[in-house]
Amino acid sequence: MSKIKILTKGFFKENPSLILVLGMCPTLAVTTSVNNALGMGAATTFVLLMSNIIISLLKNVIPDKVRIPCYIVIIATFVSMVDLIIQGFVPALSESLGVFIPLIVVNCIVLGRAEAFANKNGVFDSILDGLGMGIGFTISLVLIAAVREVLGAGSFMGHQFIPADYNILIFVLAPGAFLVLGFIMALMRHIINRVEAKRKNKMCAAK
Amino acid sequence: MRLYENKPEKIEIMEYILMLIGAVLVNNIILVQFLGICPFLGVSSKVNTALGMGVAVIFVMALATLVTSALQKYVLVPLDITFLQTIVFILVIAALVQMVEIMLKKLSPSLYRALGVYLPLITTNCAVLGIAIKVTEQPLIAAHGFSVIDSTIYSVFIAIGFTVAIVIFAGLREQLELVEIPKGMKGVPIALITAGILAMAFMGFSNLV
Repeated sequence: MSKIKILTKGFFKENPSLILVLGMCPTLAVTTSVNNALGMGAATTFVLLMSNIIISLLKNVIPDKVRIPCYIVIIATFVSMVDLIIQGFVPALSESLGVFIPLIVVNCIVLGRAEAFANKNGVFDSILDGLGMGIGFTISLVLIAAVREVLGAGSFMGHQFIPADYNILIFVLAPGAFLVLGFIMALMRHIINRVEAKRKNKMCAAK
Repeated sequence: MRLYENKPEKIEIMEYILMLIGAVLVNNIILVQFLGICPFLGVSSKVNTALGMGVAVIFVMALATLVTSALQKYVLVPLDITFLQTIVFILVIAALVQMVEIMLKKLSPSLYRALGVYLPLITTNCAVLGIAIKVTEQPLIAAHGFSVIDSTIYSVFIAIGFTVAIVIFAGLREQLELVEIPKGMKGVPIALITAGILAMAFMGFSNLV
């Protein structure tokens, strides 16, 4: 696979939360505002990138039987680092993300990419994959958060532009998360199905 | 906060019942706190498997919280190394579940056949680690000195809430199988929308406790 493809497959075609359905817990919980989504996306991308690098460097050294606990230790180290950095430099973000920063360690995306990619490929490819998946995850988080924040709180990144009377409160509460994610996923699948159908039609017509 | 002033040394039965209602209905782990969504979406297609998953979660959560709350109270806090909480907790949970799986395979093959499949799914999962970390935020537990027994009981209640939610959801999904759904919605999207409506129903409990 070409290098550019490795990087960009995480954005749309293999978007970790909308297509691969990984990392659902943070997707539902932190998307109440775009700022939180960006913060969570950045933290997860950092952990994904660094753990991919280290695991790819150590892939020939870690014995196969104990690889999952080793990966968990490596990932947990970076998550603790990120947790302390965010607590120190952006305490407001730490307050609003709460328990979901330590939960990056059990985010299926991080362990999944380590298992599926980093322990089979070189360091540079793993960097691209980590970046791609992380950015894709951030894109999906921001998309969902944008819908929820605009409809539910009438603001975008903290700047209110719809008066409070017109806010549909359910979108920033628990059910709204499920509904928005469900509809956005359905929309994406619908678009992908349409594109696939068109491509099949073209191929048949060309024949 | 009059409830927590002049507190007795031990939590009374009434407070436990309030804790139960709070954990199962008001702060349901899946529908309100968003922990454990992956097994919720993955294992809830039939009521029987959902029930099996729920029981496995109760078991794992009780065991994990027992050990991690003891570690937190007697090792991490006195030695002032709480920044190691994430690493220590996840390693303990992973090791514990691995041990439990091996023991279960040896001691009770029938129980292993019923529950064993779900154990790896629960280990690397938001639910167990999330509750292990969050149990210290429960005001009732904090007010009574973070007792290990109380934390374990609270986590069992939370896991009961998980079981309730997942079994109800499995029932709904079994019905969904019989209906015609648009192509883009099949599978996860319609499940999420159903979960959203279920979450809306649970919102009715929100100020009960």
